[in-house]
Amino acid sequence: MTVGTLLSLAIGFALVCVILAMMLCTVRLLIGPSAHDRVLALDTLWMCTMLLALMLGIRFGSQIYFEAALIIAVLGFVSTIALAKFMMRGEVIE
Amino acid sequence: MTALDAMPWWAALTASFLLVLGGLITLIGTVGLLRLKTFYQRIHGPAITITLGTGCILIASMVYFTVTQSRLVIHEILIAAFVLMTAPVVSMLIMRAALYRNQYDSRVVSARSVPNPEQELVERGALQPERSFAGDPVNAHEGRTSPRS
Amino acid sequence: MKRWLPSPKLSVALLLMWLVLNQSLEPAHWLLGGVLAIVGPLLARPLQPHGYGYIARLPALVRLLGMATVEIVRSSFNVSQIILFRRSEGVNSQFIRIPLDLRSPHGLALLSCLINTTPGTVWVDLLPERHELLLHVFDLHDERWWVETIKTRYEQPIIEVFEAPAPPGQGGQS
Repeated sequence: MTVGTLLSLAIGFALVCVILAMMLCTVRLLIGPSAHDRVLALDTLWMCTMLLALMLGIRFGSQIYFEAALIIAVLGFVSTIALAKFMMRGEVIE
Repeated sequence: MTALDAMPWWAALTASFLLVLGGLITLIGTVGLLRLKTFYQRIHGPAITITLGTGCILIASMVYFTVTQSRLVIHEILIAAFVLMTAPVVSMLIMRAALYRNQYDSRVVSARSVPNPEQELVERGALQPERSFAGDPVNAHEGRTSPRS
Repeated sequence: MKRWLPSPKLSVALLLMWLVLNQSLEPAHWLLGGVLAIVGPLLARPLQPHGYGYIARLPALVRLLGMATVEIVRSSFNVSQIILFRRSEGVNSQFIRIPLDLRSPHGLALLSCLINTTPGTVWVDLLPERHELLLHVFDLHDERWWVETIKTRYEQPIIEVFEAPAPPGQGGQS
């Protein structure tokens, strides 16, 4: 077994793990009994998407994915903050 | 895959170990998100995904690109710094929103049981987020869950 | 100097961020990063109600961050062990209160970041009238132990970092 096959096996394993994690997040997003459960699941889904972009960067050996990951992290933060603020202020005042 | 074979063995071993560990930690965090029973327990599951999972994969990416491009590639540190600075804010805000909404639900239920509709309006009008939050969320929470535990 | 560079450390951090983001050391990037480092803090000054923080002891901060990193890794493995091998009903998740002596807003921000980043604990709120910290702990075994740990291992070093008396030349601004 060469070094390259070891690394590509590891990348494949990690990709499968992260995709499974995204599926579990989606399940929690769909069944989540309350709104804050769904926001938490959505935030975790953003994080997993960022990790997926980073791993695809390693897999294809390209640096373009880094910028995608940075933008996904920033957008995830902003959208989660907006949703959490909305849960505290928006809906309850009616 | 010729670029992969050109790597020295120690770098490939480190990167593989970190990738496998990061993938496993990510998966365990979301298993916790799905498996735990109450929301207050579930919020601790993704925390390990965000800290250790992200950290492992970022370090693996740094090692890989530094070795394959034979120059120092450390711009993943920016993502790490950003995530470490923003993740606490996110979890704190979600926790506060959950506490506030739980209090709101229990107060609306108690206000509905009051026959006087004017009093119900007063109860609802008193629900400013800041004011209700200065109250006692601990006792509200414990009072709600104590019959079960 | 003070007027154009209200916080030299922040300016240096912005310049470094720009250079790392562009991954080059060419003069053009130094120039753009320098403009960003000067304009950014000036524009963001109205957004800082408490002024810029003053770090009195840098070694204490480094030691604190190193300790926090070790703690994060250790409690990550603890939390993953609980998630994998324990039943959800058997986990004793509780809110606890910790009285705080720390008053500096920057110190409180750093403390909340460190506590929230460590898996297993979430900072919920600071009860302002009594200066108590409301904390949610994933697996509580001993409340006294938690209060002791937070106070001695996190709060004391942060007080040491932020609230030490400023040397006379600097005119402490925190």
